[in-house]
Amino acid sequence: MRGWKPAPHVLLLLPAFVVLAAVVIVPLLLSLYSSFTPFRLTRPETIYEFIGLRNYIRLFADREFWAAFGRTVLLLTVALNVEMVLGLFLALLVEKATRGQRLLRTIMMFPMMFSPILVGFQFKFMFNDNIGLVNNALQSLGLTDQAIPWLIDGKLAFTSILIAEVWSSTSVFAIFILAGLMAMPKEPLEAAKVDGCTPWQSFRYVTWPFIMPFAYIAMTIRSLDIARAYDIVKIMTDGGPAKRTEILWTLISRTAYSDARMGLANAMAYVAILLSILFTVMFFRQLAKARQQIGAEW
Amino acid sequence: MDENQANRIKRALLKTGHLIGLFIAMAIICLPGLWIVLSSLRPTVEIMAKPPVWIPQSLSFDAYIAMFSGVGQGGIPVLDYFRNSLIISVTSTVIALAVGMAGGYAFARYQFRGKSAIFLGFMLTRTVPGIALSLPLFFVYAKLGIIDTHFGLILAYVALNVPFTIWLIDGFFRQVPRDLAEAAQIDGCTRWQAFWQVEFPLARSGIASAGIFAFLISWNEFALASQLTRSTNSKTLPVGLLDYTAEFTIDWRGMCALAVVMIIPALTLTFIVQKHLVSGLTSGAVKG
Repeated sequence: MRGWKPAPHVLLLLPAFVVLAAVVIVPLLLSLYSSFTPFRLTRPETIYEFIGLRNYIRLFADREFWAAFGRTVLLLTVALNVEMVLGLFLALLVEKATRGQRLLRTIMMFPMMFSPILVGFQFKFMFNDNIGLVNNALQSLGLTDQAIPWLIDGKLAFTSILIAEVWSSTSVFAIFILAGLMAMPKEPLEAAKVDGCTPWQSFRYVTWPFIMPFAYIAMTIRSLDIARAYDIVKIMTDGGPAKRTEILWTLISRTAYSDARMGLANAMAYVAILLSILFTVMFFRQLAKARQQIGAEW
Repeated sequence: MDENQANRIKRALLKTGHLIGLFIAMAIICLPGLWIVLSSLRPTVEIMAKPPVWIPQSLSFDAYIAMFSGVGQGGIPVLDYFRNSLIISVTSTVIALAVGMAGGYAFARYQFRGKSAIFLGFMLTRTVPGIALSLPLFFVYAKLGIIDTHFGLILAYVALNVPFTIWLIDGFFRQVPRDLAEAAQIDGCTRWQAFWQVEFPLARSGIASAGIFAFLISWNEFALASQLTRSTNSKTLPVGLLDYTAEFTIDWRGMCALAVVMIIPALTLTFIVQKHLVSGLTSGAVKG
Protein backbone atom coordinates (compact mmCIF):
# COMPACT_ATOMS: atom_id res chain seq x y z
CA MET A 1 0.00 0.00 0.00
CA ARG A 2 3.02 2.31 0.00
CA GLY A 3 2.65 5.39 -2.06
CA TRP A 4 -1.13 5.08 -2.01
CA LYS A 5 -2.64 8.34 -0.97
CA PRO A 6 -6.39 8.87 -0.58
CA ALA A 7 -7.91 12.06 -1.92
CA PRO A 8 -7.75 14.86 0.67
CA HIS A 9 -11.50 15.20 1.01
CA VAL A 10 -11.82 11.51 1.89
CA LEU A 11 -9.21 11.95 4.60
CA LEU A 12 -10.93 15.08 5.91
CA LEU A 13 -14.35 13.48 6.03
CA LEU A 14 -13.11 10.25 7.57
CA PRO A 15 -13.27 11.29 11.24
CA ALA A 16 -16.86 12.49 10.84
CA PHE A 17 -17.78 9.23 9.11
CA VAL A 18 -16.17 7.14 11.82
CA VAL A 19 -17.82 8.97 14.69
CA LEU A 20 -21.26 9.00 13.11
CA ALA A 21 -20.98 5.36 12.09
CA ALA A 22 -19.88 4.27 15.54
CA VAL A 23 -22.41 6.22 17.56
CA VAL A 24 -25.39 6.54 15.24
CA ILE A 25 -25.38 4.11 12.31
CA VAL A 26 -24.20 0.90 13.98
CA PRO A 27 -26.41 1.29 17.06
CA LEU A 28 -29.33 2.04 14.77
CA LEU A 29 -28.71 -1.14 12.80
CA LEU A 30 -28.59 -2.99 16.08
CA SER A 31 -31.87 -1.47 17.16
CA LEU A 32 -33.37 -2.33 13.78
CA TYR A 33 -32.39 -5.94 14.37
CA SER A 34 -33.67 -5.96 17.92
CA SER A 35 -37.01 -4.61 16.76
CA PHE A 36 -37.50 -8.06 15.20
CA THR A 37 -36.91 -9.81 18.52
CA PRO A 38 -38.92 -9.95 21.74
CA PHE A 39 -35.88 -8.46 23.51
CA ARG A 40 -36.36 -7.58 27.16
CA LEU A 41 -33.66 -5.98 29.26
CA THR A 42 -34.42 -8.36 32.09
CA ARG A 43 -33.88 -11.42 29.91
CA PRO A 44 -30.83 -10.76 27.70
CA GLU A 45 -31.02 -14.13 25.92
CA THR A 46 -34.26 -13.07 24.22
CA ILE A 47 -32.27 -10.97 21.75
CA TYR A 48 -31.34 -14.11 19.81
CA GLU A 49 -34.95 -15.09 19.29
CA PHE A 50 -36.30 -13.96 15.95
CA ILE A 51 -39.99 -13.17 15.69
CA GLY A 52 -40.12 -11.34 12.40
CA LEU A 53 -42.56 -8.52 12.13
CA ARG A 54 -44.61 -9.41 15.18
CA ASN A 55 -43.57 -6.26 17.08
CA TYR A 56 -44.63 -4.08 14.19
CA ILE A 57 -47.92 -5.91 13.72
CA ARG A 58 -48.57 -5.46 17.41
CA LEU A 59 -47.82 -1.76 17.12
CA PHE A 60 -50.12 -1.19 14.20
CA ALA A 61 -52.95 -2.79 16.14
CA ASP A 62 -52.17 -0.81 19.28
CA ARG A 63 -54.56 2.07 19.82
CA GLU A 64 -52.41 3.69 22.46
CA PHE A 65 -49.52 3.86 20.02
CA TRP A 66 -51.64 5.46 17.31
CA ALA A 67 -53.05 7.94 19.80
CA ALA A 68 -49.50 8.94 20.74
CA PHE A 69 -48.51 9.08 17.09
CA GLY A 70 -51.43 11.31 16.18
CA ARG A 71 -50.77 13.55 19.13
CA THR A 72 -47.13 13.92 18.14
CA VAL A 73 -47.99 14.86 14.57
CA LEU A 74 -50.66 17.27 15.81
CA LEU A 75 -48.26 18.87 18.27
CA LEU A 76 -45.55 19.31 15.65
CA THR A 77 -47.84 20.61 12.93
CA VAL A 78 -49.60 23.12 15.14
CA ALA A 79 -46.41 24.19 16.87
CA LEU A 80 -44.39 24.67 13.69
CA ASN A 81 -47.16 26.66 12.00
CA VAL A 82 -47.85 28.87 14.98
CA GLU A 83 -44.12 29.45 15.47
CA MET A 84 -43.75 30.36 11.83
CA VAL A 85 -46.57 32.92 11.89
CA LEU A 86 -45.58 34.42 15.24
CA GLY A 87 -41.93 34.45 14.21
CA LEU A 88 -42.82 36.36 11.07
CA PHE A 89 -44.78 38.94 13.07
CA LEU A 90 -42.00 39.28 15.59
CA ALA A 91 -39.38 39.73 12.88
CA LEU A 92 -41.50 42.39 11.13
CA LEU A 93 -42.06 44.20 14.43
CA VAL A 94 -38.37 44.26 15.24
CA GLU A 95 -37.37 45.22 11.72
CA LYS A 96 -39.70 48.22 11.79
CA ALA A 97 -38.24 49.46 15.07
CA THR A 98 -36.13 52.55 14.50
CA ARG A 99 -34.22 52.55 17.75
CA GLY A 100 -32.71 49.92 20.04
CA GLN A 101 -32.64 47.20 17.40
CA ARG A 102 -29.57 45.57 18.86
CA LEU A 103 -31.20 45.29 22.25
CA LEU A 104 -34.41 43.96 20.75
CA ARG A 105 -32.55 41.32 18.79
CA THR A 106 -30.71 40.20 21.89
CA ILE A 107 -33.93 39.90 23.85
CA MET A 108 -35.44 38.00 20.96
CA MET A 109 -32.72 35.36 21.23
CA PHE A 110 -33.44 34.89 24.90
CA PRO A 111 -35.67 31.77 24.68
CA MET A 112 -33.15 30.03 22.44
CA MET A 113 -30.71 29.85 25.31
CA PHE A 114 -33.09 27.93 27.53
CA SER A 115 -32.59 24.22 27.35
CA PRO A 116 -35.87 22.42 26.68
CA ILE A 117 -35.72 20.86 30.10
CA LEU A 118 -35.60 24.36 31.60
CA VAL A 119 -38.46 25.53 29.41
CA GLY A 120 -40.49 22.58 30.64
CA PHE A 121 -39.65 23.30 34.25
CA GLN A 122 -40.35 26.99 33.97
CA PHE A 123 -43.77 26.43 32.45
CA LYS A 124 -44.52 23.65 34.92
CA PHE A 125 -43.85 26.25 37.58
CA MET A 126 -45.93 28.96 35.93
CA PHE A 127 -48.84 26.68 35.09
CA ASN A 128 -48.93 25.10 38.54
CA ASP A 129 -52.59 25.15 39.55
CA ASN A 130 -51.86 26.22 43.10
CA ILE A 131 -48.87 28.56 43.15
CA GLY A 132 -48.26 29.21 39.46
CA LEU A 133 -47.90 32.69 38.03
CA VAL A 134 -50.70 32.21 35.51
CA ASN A 135 -53.38 31.19 37.98
CA ASN A 136 -52.22 33.73 40.53
CA ALA A 137 -52.44 36.49 37.96
CA LEU A 138 -55.84 35.39 36.72
CA GLN A 139 -57.18 35.24 40.25
CA SER A 140 -55.69 38.56 41.30
CA LEU A 141 -57.19 40.22 38.24
CA GLY A 142 -60.52 38.72 39.18
CA LEU A 143 -60.92 36.87 35.89
CA THR A 144 -61.58 33.60 37.67
CA ASP A 145 -61.98 32.58 41.28
CA GLN A 146 -61.11 28.92 40.82
CA ALA A 147 -57.73 27.42 40.23
CA ILE A 148 -57.57 26.34 36.60
CA PRO A 149 -56.06 22.83 36.48
CA TRP A 150 -53.61 23.63 33.67
CA LEU A 151 -51.50 20.50 33.89
CA ILE A 152 -54.11 18.18 35.35
CA ASP A 153 -56.83 18.38 32.72
CA GLY A 154 -55.89 16.51 29.55
CA LYS A 155 -56.80 19.19 26.98
CA LEU A 156 -55.40 22.06 29.00
CA ALA A 157 -52.18 20.14 29.61
CA PHE A 158 -51.76 19.68 25.87
CA THR A 159 -52.35 23.39 25.37
CA SER A 160 -49.82 24.23 28.06
CA ILE A 161 -47.21 22.03 26.42
CA LEU A 162 -47.97 23.69 23.11
CA ILE A 163 -47.51 27.13 24.65
CA ALA A 164 -44.18 26.10 26.18
CA GLU A 165 -43.02 24.70 22.87
CA VAL A 166 -44.08 27.80 20.95
CA TRP A 167 -42.47 30.11 23.49
CA SER A 168 -39.17 28.32 23.23
CA SER A 169 -38.92 28.07 19.44
CA THR A 170 -40.67 31.08 17.94
CA SER A 171 -37.45 33.02 18.26
CA VAL A 172 -35.64 30.58 15.96
CA PHE A 173 -38.03 31.56 13.18
CA ALA A 174 -37.96 35.22 14.11
CA ILE A 175 -34.18 35.36 14.00
CA PHE A 176 -33.84 33.73 10.61
CA ILE A 177 -36.66 35.70 9.05
CA LEU A 178 -35.14 38.86 10.45
CA ALA A 179 -31.81 37.90 8.92
CA GLY A 180 -33.63 37.50 5.62
CA LEU A 181 -35.35 40.87 5.93
CA MET A 182 -32.07 42.58 6.64
CA ALA A 183 -30.26 40.88 3.77
CA MET A 184 -32.97 41.86 1.31
CA PRO A 185 -32.00 44.37 -1.35
CA LYS A 186 -34.10 47.55 -1.11
CA GLU A 187 -34.42 48.29 -4.84
CA PRO A 188 -37.16 45.77 -5.68
CA LEU A 189 -39.29 47.15 -2.84
CA GLU A 190 -38.86 50.70 -4.09
CA ALA A 191 -39.58 49.61 -7.62
CA ALA A 192 -42.78 47.95 -6.42
CA LYS A 193 -43.78 51.15 -4.67
CA VAL A 194 -43.14 53.22 -7.76
CA ASP A 195 -45.21 50.77 -9.78
CA GLY A 196 -48.10 51.43 -7.40
CA CYS A 197 -48.19 48.29 -5.29
CA THR A 198 -50.10 48.43 -2.02
CA PRO A 199 -48.03 47.58 1.08
CA TRP A 200 -49.76 44.19 1.17
CA GLN A 201 -48.94 43.47 -2.45
CA SER A 202 -45.30 44.41 -2.09
CA PHE A 203 -45.07 42.25 1.01
CA ARG A 204 -46.77 39.30 -0.63
CA TYR A 205 -44.96 39.38 -3.97
CA VAL A 206 -41.58 40.92 -3.15
CA THR A 207 -40.68 40.44 0.49
CA TRP A 208 -42.32 37.08 1.08
CA PRO A 209 -40.58 35.12 -1.69
CA PHE A 210 -37.28 36.55 -0.61
CA ILE A 211 -37.57 35.57 3.06
CA MET A 212 -39.00 32.12 2.32
CA PRO A 213 -35.59 30.36 2.14
CA PHE A 214 -34.71 31.83 5.50
CA ALA A 215 -37.94 30.55 6.99
CA TYR A 216 -37.16 27.13 5.54
CA ILE A 217 -33.71 27.16 7.09
CA ALA A 218 -35.39 27.75 10.41
CA MET A 219 -37.84 24.93 9.63
CA THR A 220 -34.99 22.58 8.71
CA ILE A 221 -33.09 23.40 11.86
CA ARG A 222 -36.18 22.96 13.95
CA SER A 223 -37.01 19.65 12.36
CA LEU A 224 -33.46 18.44 12.96
CA ASP A 225 -34.03 18.49 16.66
CA ILE A 226 -37.74 18.24 16.70
CA ALA A 227 -37.60 15.64 19.45
CA ARG A 228 -36.60 18.36 21.89
CA ALA A 229 -40.28 18.38 22.72
CA TYR A 230 -39.62 15.15 24.62
CA ASP A 231 -37.75 17.04 27.31
CA ILE A 232 -40.56 19.55 27.70
CA VAL A 233 -43.29 16.93 27.92
CA LYS A 234 -41.21 14.68 30.16
CA ILE A 235 -40.79 17.33 32.83
CA MET A 236 -44.17 19.05 32.49
CA THR A 237 -46.55 16.09 32.57
CA ASP A 238 -44.51 12.96 31.83
CA GLY A 239 -47.28 11.88 29.47
CA GLY A 240 -49.96 12.29 32.10
CA PRO A 241 -52.69 12.82 33.17
CA ALA A 242 -53.82 9.29 32.35
CA LYS A 243 -51.69 9.30 29.16
CA ARG A 244 -53.60 12.27 27.73
CA THR A 245 -50.39 14.01 26.70
CA GLU A 246 -48.42 10.89 25.84
CA ILE A 247 -46.37 11.53 22.71
CA LEU A 248 -44.31 9.08 20.69
CA TRP A 249 -41.08 9.78 22.54
CA THR A 250 -42.42 9.50 26.08
CA LEU A 251 -44.17 6.30 25.04
CA ILE A 252 -40.86 4.91 23.73
CA SER A 253 -38.97 5.71 26.89
CA ARG A 254 -41.72 4.26 29.06
CA THR A 255 -41.91 1.04 27.05
CA ALA A 256 -38.14 0.64 26.96
CA TYR A 257 -37.05 1.57 30.43
CA SER A 258 -40.07 1.17 32.71
CA ASP A 259 -41.58 -1.88 31.03
CA ALA A 260 -38.14 -3.07 29.85
CA ARG A 261 -39.61 -4.16 26.51
CA MET A 262 -36.72 -3.08 24.33
CA GLY A 263 -37.77 -4.95 21.21
CA LEU A 264 -41.16 -3.31 21.05
CA ALA A 265 -39.70 0.08 21.97
CA ASN A 266 -37.17 -0.20 19.16
CA ALA A 267 -39.97 -0.87 16.71
CA MET A 268 -41.67 2.31 17.95
CA ALA A 269 -38.38 4.18 17.76
CA TYR A 270 -38.11 3.29 14.10
CA VAL A 271 -41.49 4.79 13.41
CA ALA A 272 -40.40 7.92 15.27
CA ILE A 273 -37.14 8.11 13.33
CA LEU A 274 -38.94 7.78 10.02
CA LEU A 275 -41.30 10.55 11.08
CA SER A 276 -38.39 12.89 11.87
CA ILE A 277 -36.62 12.07 8.64
CA LEU A 278 -39.82 12.74 6.73
CA PHE A 279 -40.16 16.19 8.29
CA THR A 280 -36.52 17.07 7.63
CA VAL A 281 -36.45 15.89 4.04
CA MET A 282 -39.68 17.74 3.38
CA PHE A 283 -38.27 21.04 4.60
CA PHE A 284 -34.88 20.45 3.03
CA ARG A 285 -36.50 20.04 -0.37
CA GLN A 286 -38.64 23.13 0.17
CA LEU A 287 -35.46 24.98 1.04
CA ALA A 288 -33.76 23.85 -2.16
CA LYS A 289 -36.80 24.85 -4.20
CA ALA A 290 -37.13 28.27 -2.59
CA ARG A 291 -33.41 28.83 -3.07
CA GLN A 292 -33.65 28.07 -6.77
CA GLN A 293 -36.55 30.44 -7.17
CA ILE A 294 -34.57 33.23 -5.54
CA GLY A 295 -31.60 32.45 -7.71
CA ALA A 296 -33.76 32.85 -10.79
CA GLU A 297 -35.25 36.16 -9.75
CA TRP A 298 -32.25 37.93 -8.30
CA MET B 1 -55.87 69.65 4.61
CA ASP B 2 -58.38 67.15 5.92
CA GLU B 3 -56.67 64.33 4.14
CA ASN B 4 -53.38 65.43 5.56
CA GLN B 5 -54.66 65.28 9.08
CA ALA B 6 -56.28 61.90 8.58
CA ASN B 7 -52.99 60.61 7.28
CA ARG B 8 -51.14 62.01 10.24
CA ILE B 9 -53.54 60.42 12.70
CA LYS B 10 -53.31 57.14 10.87
CA ARG B 11 -49.56 57.22 11.04
CA ALA B 12 -49.52 58.06 14.74
CA LEU B 13 -51.95 55.22 15.42
CA LEU B 14 -49.79 52.80 13.48
CA LYS B 15 -46.75 53.89 15.40
CA THR B 16 -48.36 53.44 18.82
CA GLY B 17 -49.76 50.10 17.73
CA HIS B 18 -46.31 49.03 16.66
CA LEU B 19 -44.80 50.10 19.97
CA ILE B 20 -47.49 48.33 21.97
CA GLY B 21 -47.08 45.17 19.95
CA LEU B 22 -43.33 45.27 20.40
CA PHE B 23 -43.69 45.81 24.11
CA ILE B 24 -46.12 42.93 24.58
CA ALA B 25 -43.96 40.56 22.55
CA MET B 26 -40.84 41.42 24.52
CA ALA B 27 -42.71 41.12 27.82
CA ILE B 28 -43.90 37.62 26.94
CA ILE B 29 -40.37 36.64 26.01
CA CYS B 30 -38.76 38.02 29.14
CA LEU B 31 -41.33 37.38 31.81
CA PRO B 32 -40.87 33.63 32.43
CA GLY B 33 -37.11 33.98 32.87
CA LEU B 34 -37.41 36.94 35.18
CA TRP B 35 -40.01 35.12 37.22
CA ILE B 36 -37.61 32.19 37.74
CA VAL B 37 -34.83 34.55 38.85
CA LEU B 38 -37.16 36.35 41.22
CA SER B 39 -38.48 33.09 42.67
CA SER B 40 -35.00 31.80 43.32
CA LEU B 41 -34.37 34.81 45.56
CA ARG B 42 -37.62 34.65 47.53
CA PRO B 43 -38.28 32.57 50.62
CA THR B 44 -40.41 29.47 50.03
CA VAL B 45 -43.19 30.86 52.20
CA GLU B 46 -43.68 33.70 49.75
CA ILE B 47 -43.72 31.41 46.72
CA MET B 48 -46.37 29.21 48.30
CA ALA B 49 -48.43 32.08 49.73
CA LYS B 50 -52.16 32.16 49.04
CA PRO B 51 -53.32 34.79 48.13
CA PRO B 52 -50.12 35.45 46.18
CA VAL B 53 -47.58 37.98 47.38
CA TRP B 54 -46.74 40.09 44.33
CA ILE B 55 -44.21 42.46 45.80
CA PRO B 56 -41.25 40.58 47.26
CA GLN B 57 -40.79 41.33 50.93
CA SER B 58 -37.37 39.85 51.46
CA LEU B 59 -34.75 38.73 48.96
CA SER B 60 -31.78 36.54 49.77
CA PHE B 61 -29.23 34.24 48.19
CA ASP B 62 -30.03 31.44 50.64
CA ALA B 63 -30.98 28.98 47.92
CA TYR B 64 -27.67 29.44 46.11
CA ILE B 65 -25.67 29.19 49.33
CA ALA B 66 -27.49 26.00 50.27
CA MET B 67 -26.96 24.58 46.81
CA PHE B 68 -23.22 25.13 46.66
CA SER B 69 -22.38 24.24 50.26
CA GLY B 70 -21.56 20.56 50.30
CA VAL B 71 -24.29 18.23 49.15
CA GLY B 72 -26.80 21.04 49.00
CA GLN B 73 -30.37 21.15 50.10
CA GLY B 74 -32.25 17.88 49.99
CA GLY B 75 -29.03 15.98 49.40
CA ILE B 76 -28.70 16.94 45.76
CA PRO B 77 -25.01 17.15 44.85
CA VAL B 78 -25.25 20.10 42.52
CA LEU B 79 -21.49 20.69 42.57
CA ASP B 80 -20.82 17.22 41.19
CA TYR B 81 -23.39 17.69 38.47
CA PHE B 82 -21.90 21.03 37.59
CA ARG B 83 -18.43 19.54 37.30
CA ASN B 84 -19.71 16.65 35.16
CA SER B 85 -21.59 19.01 32.88
CA LEU B 86 -18.54 21.19 32.42
CA ILE B 87 -16.11 18.33 31.71
CA ILE B 88 -18.45 16.57 29.31
CA SER B 89 -19.51 19.69 27.43
CA VAL B 90 -16.04 21.15 27.00
CA THR B 91 -14.38 17.91 25.93
CA SER B 92 -17.08 16.94 23.48
CA THR B 93 -17.08 20.46 22.04
CA VAL B 94 -13.35 20.44 21.40
CA ILE B 95 -13.48 17.05 19.67
CA ALA B 96 -16.59 17.95 17.67
CA LEU B 97 -14.89 21.16 16.51
CA ALA B 98 -11.81 19.32 15.29
CA VAL B 99 -13.92 16.76 13.42
CA GLY B 100 -16.27 19.46 12.17
CA MET B 101 -13.44 21.64 10.90
CA ALA B 102 -12.03 18.80 8.84
CA GLY B 103 -15.46 17.95 7.46
CA GLY B 104 -16.57 21.52 6.90
CA TYR B 105 -13.36 22.33 5.06
CA ALA B 106 -13.84 19.31 2.82
CA PHE B 107 -17.37 20.43 1.93
CA ALA B 108 -16.37 24.05 1.35
CA ARG B 109 -13.23 23.52 -0.71
CA TYR B 110 -13.41 20.21 -2.57
CA GLN B 111 -15.68 19.01 -5.31
CA PHE B 112 -16.46 15.34 -5.18
CA ARG B 113 -19.15 12.95 -6.23
CA GLY B 114 -22.23 12.63 -4.07
CA LYS B 115 -21.36 15.79 -2.15
CA SER B 116 -24.86 16.98 -1.42
CA ALA B 117 -26.04 13.43 -0.72
CA ILE B 118 -23.31 12.99 1.87
CA PHE B 119 -24.15 16.35 3.37
CA LEU B 120 -27.81 15.44 3.65
CA GLY B 121 -26.83 12.05 5.07
CA PHE B 122 -24.83 13.74 7.82
CA MET B 123 -27.74 15.99 8.62
CA LEU B 124 -30.15 13.08 8.73
CA THR B 125 -28.13 11.42 11.48
CA ARG B 126 -29.06 14.44 13.53
CA THR B 127 -32.79 13.86 13.08
CA VAL B 128 -32.73 10.63 15.07
CA PRO B 129 -34.56 11.55 18.26
CA GLY B 130 -32.31 11.33 21.32
CA ILE B 131 -34.62 8.95 23.08
CA ALA B 132 -34.73 6.59 20.08
CA LEU B 133 -30.94 6.64 19.86
CA SER B 134 -30.63 6.03 23.56
CA LEU B 135 -32.16 2.54 23.30
CA PRO B 136 -29.38 0.87 21.27
CA LEU B 137 -26.71 3.07 22.85
CA PHE B 138 -27.85 1.97 26.28
CA PHE B 139 -27.48 -1.65 25.23
CA VAL B 140 -24.10 -1.19 23.55
CA TYR B 141 -22.72 0.92 26.40
CA ALA B 142 -23.90 -1.66 28.94
CA LYS B 143 -22.00 -4.36 27.01
CA LEU B 144 -18.89 -2.18 26.85
CA GLY B 145 -19.25 -1.11 30.45
CA ILE B 146 -19.21 2.61 29.71
CA ILE B 147 -22.64 3.50 31.08
CA ASP B 148 -22.37 6.21 33.69
CA THR B 149 -18.94 7.35 32.57
CA HIS B 150 -17.80 10.68 31.16
CA PHE B 151 -16.36 8.89 28.15
CA GLY B 152 -19.67 7.40 27.06
CA LEU B 153 -21.53 10.68 27.17
CA ILE B 154 -18.71 12.59 25.48
CA LEU B 155 -18.71 10.10 22.62
CA ALA B 156 -22.46 10.45 22.18
CA TYR B 157 -22.30 14.26 22.24
CA VAL B 158 -19.51 14.41 19.69
CA ALA B 159 -21.70 12.46 17.29
CA LEU B 160 -24.63 14.70 18.13
CA ASN B 161 -22.64 17.86 17.41
CA VAL B 162 -20.66 16.89 14.34
CA PRO B 163 -23.47 17.48 11.79
CA PHE B 164 -24.17 21.01 13.03
CA THR B 165 -20.55 22.00 13.32
CA ILE B 166 -19.95 20.78 9.77
CA TRP B 167 -22.91 22.81 8.53
CA LEU B 168 -21.75 25.97 10.30
CA ILE B 169 -18.05 25.67 9.53
CA ASP B 170 -18.76 24.84 5.89
CA GLY B 171 -20.63 28.15 5.70
CA PHE B 172 -17.79 30.10 7.30
CA PHE B 173 -15.11 28.66 5.06
CA ARG B 174 -17.23 29.47 2.03
CA GLN B 175 -17.19 33.11 3.04
CA VAL B 176 -13.39 33.11 2.90
CA PRO B 177 -12.39 33.75 -0.72
CA ARG B 178 -10.68 30.77 -2.33
CA ASP B 179 -8.08 33.00 -4.00
CA LEU B 180 -6.45 33.94 -0.71
CA ALA B 181 -5.26 30.43 0.05
CA GLU B 182 -4.23 29.97 -3.56
CA ALA B 183 -2.17 33.17 -3.45
CA ALA B 184 -0.46 31.92 -0.31
CA GLN B 185 0.31 28.64 -2.02
CA ILE B 186 1.83 30.45 -4.98
CA ASP B 187 3.99 32.34 -2.51
CA GLY B 188 5.41 29.04 -1.35
CA CYS B 189 3.11 27.87 1.44
CA THR B 190 2.04 24.26 1.55
CA ARG B 191 -1.69 23.65 1.59
CA TRP B 192 -1.42 22.88 5.30
CA GLN B 193 0.40 26.16 6.01
CA ALA B 194 -1.98 28.11 3.82
CA PHE B 195 -4.88 26.74 5.83
CA TRP B 196 -3.47 27.66 9.23
CA GLN B 197 -1.91 30.99 8.20
CA VAL B 198 -4.61 32.38 5.95
CA GLU B 199 -7.93 30.60 5.96
CA PHE B 200 -8.16 29.61 9.60
CA PRO B 201 -7.60 33.12 11.03
CA LEU B 202 -10.28 34.51 8.73
CA ALA B 203 -12.85 31.91 9.71
CA ARG B 204 -11.79 31.82 13.35
CA SER B 205 -14.59 33.83 14.89
CA GLY B 206 -17.13 31.75 13.00
CA ILE B 207 -15.52 28.55 14.16
CA ALA B 208 -15.58 29.84 17.71
CA SER B 209 -19.30 30.41 17.46
CA ALA B 210 -19.79 26.91 16.08
CA GLY B 211 -17.95 25.71 19.15
CA ILE B 212 -20.21 27.65 21.45
CA PHE B 213 -23.21 26.25 19.67
CA ALA B 214 -21.90 22.74 20.20
CA PHE B 215 -21.18 23.52 23.82
CA LEU B 216 -24.73 24.71 24.36
CA ILE B 217 -26.22 21.59 22.82
CA SER B 218 -24.13 19.38 25.08
CA TRP B 219 -24.79 21.57 28.08
CA ASN B 220 -28.56 21.42 27.57
CA GLU B 221 -28.98 17.84 26.35
CA PHE B 222 -31.36 15.72 28.37
CA ALA B 223 -32.84 12.73 26.52
CA LEU B 224 -29.57 10.81 26.14
CA ALA B 225 -28.06 11.92 29.42
CA SER B 226 -31.09 10.81 31.39
CA GLN B 227 -30.62 7.21 30.23
CA LEU B 228 -26.85 6.93 29.94
CA THR B 229 -26.04 8.33 33.38
CA ARG B 230 -26.79 6.77 36.70
CA SER B 231 -24.99 8.48 39.57
CA THR B 232 -22.86 11.44 40.55
CA ASN B 233 -20.13 9.86 38.40
CA SER B 234 -21.56 11.39 35.28
CA LYS B 235 -25.00 12.94 35.88
CA THR B 236 -25.25 16.34 34.24
CA LEU B 237 -27.19 19.40 35.36
CA PRO B 238 -30.33 18.86 33.23
CA VAL B 239 -30.68 15.37 34.68
CA GLY B 240 -29.95 16.78 38.11
CA LEU B 241 -32.84 19.21 37.75
CA LEU B 242 -35.16 16.22 37.63
CA ASP B 243 -33.87 15.10 41.04
CA TYR B 244 -35.88 17.90 42.56
CA THR B 245 -39.17 16.71 41.06
CA ALA B 246 -38.52 13.11 42.06
CA GLU B 247 -38.92 14.06 45.65
CA PHE B 248 -42.26 14.01 47.34
CA THR B 249 -42.55 17.75 47.66
CA ILE B 250 -41.07 19.94 44.99
CA ASP B 251 -38.51 22.43 46.23
CA TRP B 252 -39.50 25.22 43.87
CA ARG B 253 -36.96 27.68 45.15
CA GLY B 254 -34.07 25.23 44.85
CA MET B 255 -35.15 24.30 41.35
CA CYS B 256 -35.34 27.94 40.33
CA ALA B 257 -31.85 28.54 41.71
CA LEU B 258 -30.48 25.56 39.79
CA ALA B 259 -32.25 26.79 36.67
CA VAL B 260 -30.52 30.15 37.02
CA VAL B 261 -27.16 28.43 37.45
CA MET B 262 -27.80 26.46 34.27
CA ILE B 263 -28.89 29.43 32.21
CA ILE B 264 -26.08 31.85 33.09
CA PRO B 265 -23.29 30.17 31.07
CA ALA B 266 -25.68 29.66 28.16
CA LEU B 267 -26.80 33.27 28.33
CA THR B 268 -23.30 34.69 28.35
CA LEU B 269 -22.06 32.49 25.53
CA THR B 270 -25.05 33.02 23.24
CA PHE B 271 -24.74 36.74 23.77
CA ILE B 272 -21.16 36.62 22.52
CA VAL B 273 -21.87 34.65 19.35
CA GLN B 274 -25.32 35.77 18.29
CA LYS B 275 -24.10 37.60 15.19
CA HIS B 276 -21.97 34.80 13.81
CA LEU B 277 -24.55 32.15 14.48
CA VAL B 278 -27.15 33.60 12.17
CA SER B 279 -24.73 34.54 9.42
CA GLY B 280 -23.18 31.08 9.53
CA LEU B 281 -26.45 29.21 9.24
CA THR B 282 -27.83 31.45 6.51
CA SER B 283 -24.68 31.87 4.41
CA GLY B 284 -25.79 29.11 2.08
CA ALA B 285 -29.36 30.36 1.82
CA VAL B 286 -29.14 32.75 -1.06
CA LYS B 287 -25.86 31.86 -2.63
CA GLY B 288 -26.72 28.19 -2.76
